Amino acid sequence: MVDKNIYQADRETAWCPGCGNFPLRTALADALAELDLKPEEITMYTGIGQAAKMPHYIKVNGFNGLHGRSLPPSIGMRVANPEMTVIVESGDGCSYGEGGNHILHNIRRNPDIIHLVHDNQIYGLTKGQASPTSLEELRTPVQTHGVNAEPLNPVEFAVGMKASFVARSSVGDREHLKEMIKEAKKHKGYALIDIFQPCVSFNKINTYQWYNKRVYKLEDHDPTDHAAAMKVAQEFGDKIPIGIIYREEKPTFRDRIPYLKDKALVDRDVEVEDLKFLIDEFK
Amino acid sequence: MDFNIVIAGEAGQGLKTVEAMLTKTFSRHGYYLFSTKDYMSRVRGGHNFMQIRISDEKVEGPDEGIDLLLALNEESVEIHNSEMNEDGTILSEVESDKDEMVYIDAKGLAKEVNPRAVNTVFVGAAFKIMGLPTDQAEEAVKEHFAKKESVVDDNLELLKQGYQAVDQLYNLKDLGEKEDRMVIDGNSAVGLGALLGGLSYYTAYPMSPSTGILHYVASKQEELGIVVEQSEDEIASINMALGGTYAGMRSMTGTSGGGLALMAEGVGLAGITETPIVIADVQRPGPATGLPTRTGQGDLLFAVNIAQDEFPLMVLAPKDQEDAVYQTFRAMNLADKYQIPVIILSDQFIGDGSKTIPVIDTSDMKIERHLVDPAEVEGEYKRYKFTEDGISPRAYPGQLKDNIVLLDSDEHDEYAHIVEDAETRDKMVAKRNKKMEKLAAEDLLEPEYTGPESPEYILVGWGSTAGPLREGRKILADEFEIGHLAFNDVWPLPTETLEELASTEAKLVFVENNAGAQFDRLVRSETGIKADYNILKDDGRPFSGQEIYRRFKEEVSK
Repeated sequence: MVDKNIYQADRETAWCPGCGNFPLRTALADALAELDLKPEEITMYTGIGQAAKMPHYIKVNGFNGLHGRSLPPSIGMRVANPEMTVIVESGDGCSYGEGGNHILHNIRRNPDIIHLVHDNQIYGLTKGQASPTSLEELRTPVQTHGVNAEPLNPVEFAVGMKASFVARSSVGDREHLKEMIKEAKKHKGYALIDIFQPCVSFNKINTYQWYNKRVYKLEDHDPTDHAAAMKVAQEFGDKIPIGIIYREEKPTFRDRIPYLKDKALVDRDVEVEDLKFLIDEFK
Repeated sequence: MDFNIVIAGEAGQGLKTVEAMLTKTFSRHGYYLFSTKDYMSRVRGGHNFMQIRISDEKVEGPDEGIDLLLALNEESVEIHNSEMNEDGTILSEVESDKDEMVYIDAKGLAKEVNPRAVNTVFVGAAFKIMGLPTDQAEEAVKEHFAKKESVVDDNLELLKQGYQAVDQLYNLKDLGEKEDRMVIDGNSAVGLGALLGGLSYYTAYPMSPSTGILHYVASKQEELGIVVEQSEDEIASINMALGGTYAGMRSMTGTSGGGLALMAEGVGLAGITETPIVIADVQRPGPATGLPTRTGQGDLLFAVNIAQDEFPLMVLAPKDQEDAVYQTFRAMNLADKYQIPVIILSDQFIGDGSKTIPVIDTSDMKIERHLVDPAEVEGEYKRYKFTEDGISPRAYPGQLKDNIVLLDSDEHDEYAHIVEDAETRDKMVAKRNKKMEKLAAEDLLEPEYTGPESPEYILVGWGSTAGPLREGRKILADEFEIGHLAFNDVWPLPTETLEELASTEAKLVFVENNAGAQFDRLVRSETGIKADYNILKDDGRPFSGQEIYRRFKEEVSK
């Protein structure tokens, strides 16, 4: 186990006091330390939003790209370097709203990545509009009479898509969250963890108390049973399950490119001379 | 000697097979060729045609009159009848007593052997009419159907029967195979340039007319051990490719107009994160969907101004298929050297068209990655270290021991951390802009001038109009003192040659495949120099040399 201070997860942030991002960062650093990963062995891809600032507040390689586009750049690392641990991290707006198309297709690709979604059911950085996971009764400066759409249940969506690893956790239970991150790392393939993380500034509905009252840890659930997983995934009301909802071992993105084998394309070292034969075809 | 063949029919009739066999065969008989495609955005039906112009001298563009029309359906005879040259011949299944019409019962002959190989009857007949033997055509048939061996014999038989069914009308000679030439289409040329440049990761969404690049590089992925991934949309294409570069691979994406519009924010991301990327835009007329399978040069000002605010960017335009190989290779090196996005503006005219070119000479081609030497990194790595020329040593994750590599789309400090203070913002903008200054000073290609020392007129073009302009100038040179200035690099704009020529008495005639004189506007805004005349064309079709001649006489010299 590496010293968790190596990630400098105590850096100053632009998060609000009491933000759910703080315990999430701590759980992440704890998990990475227990997984014995050095900062240079981890690359984090984020979009834009308060959650997406994570690579500035924890020491790992980081690609802090565009809003909604945290997933696409991460695929290149799976091609370039199979050894690197890849974490995609962003909020519910970035991951499920602006980036909705990418999550759909990357579940299909099944790249070996960990996808941490800070789900606070609201847009924080833009000051409190509805997100895809906002409850219908949420009133905001835009949604003045409530949200004009049903909330997305990302876990149900992902299990429905048979994403190879789907879990839910909550920053209210840091130990649980840490364990989920470690399980996601162990899993070969796309691993989504939807994480309840209250926005103390703007979301007056989904508070720490709201979550704590509802979440319960899954016991006696077989995550490899898809029908059972679907049932659990649909549970979202007075009781909300946390834990590994669905898990299936299946070919990853890299597995489907058999000629790559264990090769890291970042090590590909070619000269024009080696490629000259390509010209012959046109003679 | 200049001979122009048109193969016409509807989508799904196998025009491509005919073109592939003819192209290969002419090339082996030692002819220079230039082919263009005019097809509709549909899978079946409609009217499509391909033009193959052959000559014993170099050919640079399409021709207007038709010498031999292979009309695969009746409609094609009606459509192209008026374009026939005086001694032209129409080969078709239409019975007629007109002199130019040659009848062949292609379907009847094919029915007895293999009804699906009806086009091969046309190929056989065409060679007889032209006076060429079928030996090279037989080889072409064998190669073309190499993967479907069962039909080789049927096709050889029908080639022979087609040959026997008609009379010889022309006297084309076998010029002997030339070892120093090759034939390539512009999309493969961009792909070849990229692969020679060490491309390891290509991400794209299919879109006409850029799909040829995607198909070509994908056809090589297993052999080269590289990855070509079809993205879910063009936004993903560029973000994936940028992730590839960040991870340490040479990466690229390609698209056409509408796809480039979706990539716009990603190009800005490349700019502010200083992530090298090459983007091929195979232009088609727009906006929105426009004319999906036709050509145009309407994306110039969009490409130059592709994303909000300012960042270093290079835009260059290959002049033809040969140039597309070298320019794409160069683009990959320059993207890495300056850590910038480089947009290659190709178009359907060269992308879908094929040309005989000298065999690509790799002797001066060297892959230059410009990555940091890990030994030179001391202490904590700064991705955006301030340097004299604005270029910070670039590393990829995992390259440096005990060091991380961070990049950010927010304005940032040297470590890539988010900042909002005015001072750092100023310094970072200046740092990025310095790279453009260096690029302009060290690596810009001045346009190529051809013509007399003191011309009356100069034809000014950029990118793919170069070939037709060369041919147009040759015709005009009999009547005028006229030169031709052909631009490769359009952004940043090389100004030296242009300013020199503009200071003479010569009248500048800008010739462009768009309606808004975009290059004229760009030149004017950068230099104050403006066109004296504009010859513009925005109907989705390429210029020919004859058309440039005609329009010059109508609109310039009058």
